[in-house]
Amino acid sequence: MSVWRGLLRRPLAMAGLVIAVALVAVAIAAPLIAPYSPYEQFFDGLTLEGAPLPPNERFLFGTDLLGRDLLSRMIYGARTSLIVGLLANGIAVLVGTAVGITAGFLRGVVGAVLMRFTDLVMAFPALILAITIATLRGPSLGLVVLVIALVNWGPIARVVYAETTSLAEREFIAAERAIGANTSRILFRHILPHLLPIIIVWGTLGISTTVLFEALLSYLGVGVQPPNPSWGNIVYDGQSYFQSAPWLVFFPGFAVAALALSINLIGDALRDLLDPTLRGRH
Amino acid sequence: MPTYIARRLVQALLILLGVSIITFVLLYFLPADPARMVAGRTASKAQVELVRMQLGLDLPVWEQYGRYLWNLLQGDLGRSYLQRTEVTTLIGARLPASLLLMLGAITCELLIGVTLGAMAGLRRGSAADQTLMVAALVFVSTPQFVTALTLLYIFAYWLGWFPIGGYGQFTHLVLPSITLGLLGGGWYARVTRSSVIEVLRQDFIRTARAKGLDRWRIVSVHILPNAALPVIAMIGIDVGYFMSSIVIVESVFGWPGIGQLTWQAIQQIDIPIIMGVTLVSACAYVLGNLLADLVSPLIDPRIKLR
Repeated sequence: MSVWRGLLRRPLAMAGLVIAVALVAVAIAAPLIAPYSPYEQFFDGLTLEGAPLPPNERFLFGTDLLGRDLLSRMIYGARTSLIVGLLANGIAVLVGTAVGITAGFLRGVVGAVLMRFTDLVMAFPALILAITIATLRGPSLGLVVLVIALVNWGPIARVVYAETTSLAEREFIAAERAIGANTSRILFRHILPHLLPIIIVWGTLGISTTVLFEALLSYLGVGVQPPNPSWGNIVYDGQSYFQSAPWLVFFPGFAVAALALSINLIGDALRDLLDPTLRGRH
Repeated sequence: MPTYIARRLVQALLILLGVSIITFVLLYFLPADPARMVAGRTASKAQVELVRMQLGLDLPVWEQYGRYLWNLLQGDLGRSYLQRTEVTTLIGARLPASLLLMLGAITCELLIGVTLGAMAGLRRGSAADQTLMVAALVFVSTPQFVTALTLLYIFAYWLGWFPIGGYGQFTHLVLPSITLGLLGGGWYARVTRSSVIEVLRQDFIRTARAKGLDRWRIVSVHILPNAALPVIAMIGIDVGYFMSSIVIVESVFGWPGIGQLTWQAIQQIDIPIIMGVTLVSACAYVLGNLLADLVSPLIDPRIKLR
């Protein structure tokens, strides 16, 4: 509750929340608010020379190279960006938390092996790995989600590990052990609730990382595949014409930036509010 | 300290070994036939098999890896499938361009990041602080390709100050460096700001103020040098992530560096090059992090390296 009030008192975080909620609403209500189908090619959507139309009354954001309505494609693209971003981030948070808690609670050989493996994964050049897998296996939505999750669980595993090891040494855990609580009770009743704030903070900030990553992969042509629209692949398709048709690049490009920014604003505020090690320092 | 460094170097080698094994196995099991690619589309089945034998691709995966590792230990990254050149030669030829870009990028990151961060930290809590930090967050949240295309549109196409892309002159370096500099600069600004705030609350700053030093002198002599170390540590971490960022920026600006080489190699499924750049990049990450860790006891003597 106090977190919620804290957010309300931060205009920047509220601005982020408003933008993020608006974009989620747009994605959910896509069929209701999109003026046209994202796939329909309009005969009057191109000039006589076959060039895309700049923004006008009929096509508010202009049309793309195939004469499709850019606004409708972007509205449906919001779905792709959010689904991929949220799913990939969700998996990354789950895997990272599981690895971090296990390593931090068990320590010893298992903990060392798990954390060295995390170091290993983080040493991989994420983008190169992701592009290679996506290119060689032939891109698909599920694969994009998995690849992004695969390269993004490392940081959260490290944070959760550090937090768990310090929690495990605290007196109340020793007291629990002394009164004979079993491992699952200690883990789920005592450690996990204490980890929640930090998981929420990193989980939120992670959404912006995964959304940006999806845009990057799609921009390189190895993410979400046409004709399915994603903000990244709309830029990819339009960039060779960006001098004559800049709207094809700038509308979707700024949409990605706006989504990532809004999430970062929320995440930053949550970190100030929830991370006790930072309290009063910023 | 020497034992610490030795231990870290061993750890680094183990990580590189792990990266090489996983990448090798991953690429081995992906559905692409390198022998077919080397032999060419028109080659007969027998020719493809011959090539497969010549390249040793018919051997079991662990034996192939053993050979690769043996060569790697002698500094040989193998030969490119399509360009028929040593991978070390190809990477060596591209390295200067990428290092130049890295130099330009880090210069811009520091200029942008330290300026924004110091200005914000010194005016902590003010409207200027908030505005600058939102700006830093905008830089961090904008995908590189959007920054790159925006800069190209304004400064190359519209104003005509810089070339659209290419390599060779100083003007070619400016826009790619700023693209990388804005993204990284956003992070540096955040680090610099908290570091400056940390220094501001130290007693020696109060002393300096009490004895009436002028503001500029306090900032330049007492605050910035003391706030610099976390920023320097960050350069180490930054170098590690650099390889991933240049894939995008080099391909947008047509910059003939390792990023472009990587991108072409991936599209042509030229596995030895992909292996090579992955290892080079993991090396950069490991060394960068090591440097960052070695700097941290200098920042804060209470940190002991164990």
